[in-house]
Amino acid sequence: MKISELESLGFTCLQDQFEDIDLVGGYTSDLLSDVMANLKEGQVLITIQAHKNTIAVASLSGASAVVFCHGRPAADDVLDAAAAEGIAVFNTPDNQFDATVKVSRALRA
Amino acid sequence: MSDVPLPLDQSALRIQELAYGLKVRDVMTRKIFAVTRTCTMRDVQTIMKNNGISGVPVVDDAHVVGIISMNDIMNAFVNGHMDDGVARHMVTDVQTLSDEVPLTFAMSAFSKYSFRRFPVVNQKNELVGIITPRNINLALIRELSRQLDELEDNSGHPEQGGSKPVFHQIYRLTRYDFEHAGRASAELKKQLKARGIPPKVIRRAAIASYELEINVVAHSHGGTFAVLVDDERVRITANDFGPGIPDVDAAMTEGFSTANDWIRSQGFGAGMGLPNAKRVSDEFEIQSGIEMGTMVKAIVYLKQGEQR
Repeated sequence: MKISELESLGFTCLQDQFEDIDLVGGYTSDLLSDVMANLKEGQVLITIQAHKNTIAVASLSGASAVVFCHGRPAADDVLDAAAAEGIAVFNTPDNQFDATVKVSRALRA
Repeated sequence: MSDVPLPLDQSALRIQELAYGLKVRDVMTRKIFAVTRTCTMRDVQTIMKNNGISGVPVVDDAHVVGIISMNDIMNAFVNGHMDDGVARHMVTDVQTLSDEVPLTFAMSAFSKYSFRRFPVVNQKNELVGIITPRNINLALIRELSRQLDELEDNSGHPEQGGSKPVFHQIYRLTRYDFEHAGRASAELKKQLKARGIPPKVIRRAAIASYELEINVVAHSHGGTFAVLVDDERVRITANDFGPGIPDVDAAMTEGFSTANDWIRSQGFGAGMGLPNAKRVSDEFEIQSGIEMGTMVKAIVYLKQGEQR
């Protein structure tokens, strides 16, 4: 599934300057070191950490997109950083478990 | 703290970085005048006068058990104790330095304590040297001129020296400044990308860099962070001013963390930082001294040799 198709899961796109490529999978974690160690290139990161460090780590690890759960808003500097790195940013009212299940099902569909 | 390191700041940081490559054993005075417990204060005073020194360690079977300073001699003189054994007048709580630690630890020690000299001991805790601020100044001057010579040598033959730095930048890191942490890593990533380094290698170098940068910001009183890239490798050196890591082995264990809740709220403190940095590095070295600081050096080879 393409990155843009995350919107069909009820996620809101906050930062749309990205190349709309296929997602290869997802990774769910709030510990940024854990993300750096385990997220694979081209996955979507599902997290509640809505701040700039998350974008830095997503960029280092090669994440294509980031989803902030619990409807957490993203500050402008977070979105600017994501735009500069070409990383898509979404948020969703879902908690991480529900968001992860949705993404996982959509990837397998 | 400005976003861009100023040139002036750079030169001050460079002086500091000179010291990182040196260890206490490289700069200490090896010729030591030490006495045993049975010597008298007068003996010590004679040694001081004849050799122009102001502090004499007292040893027992090569282990430091005390130290006599000029001050102790003065007191003994005034009170008529010059013929007493040194054991009665020496300071027994002696702060020593290990000969293996970076010179920066010695600098921290001089600024932390009011002592004007530190006896230096080896791994067996035997006295092997003595270090004073003068040793440090001389070493820095020597190192500066060595580097200047190197620069002059290289400028004449730009085609020589296959591993000349193509990027060398030093950053100052401030405690809890998560806003700017990551600056060095972002710059490093850009530099490597521009040089056409494979993405896998860039990722490893960037992870090592970012983890070490965050460590200084989250766990230390602040410090310096140097990134050097040449044709062969990326070298990252993180040096902080303390508090030091009580148990380095524990800190290198995945899941061990001393992070507080605030650091955790920033998404860090999983106890994976150092293990992560080590895992992605081809060479990794860490040294820490309580109250003196921590030095971490990580090297990532740019040539696709050994796959990690």
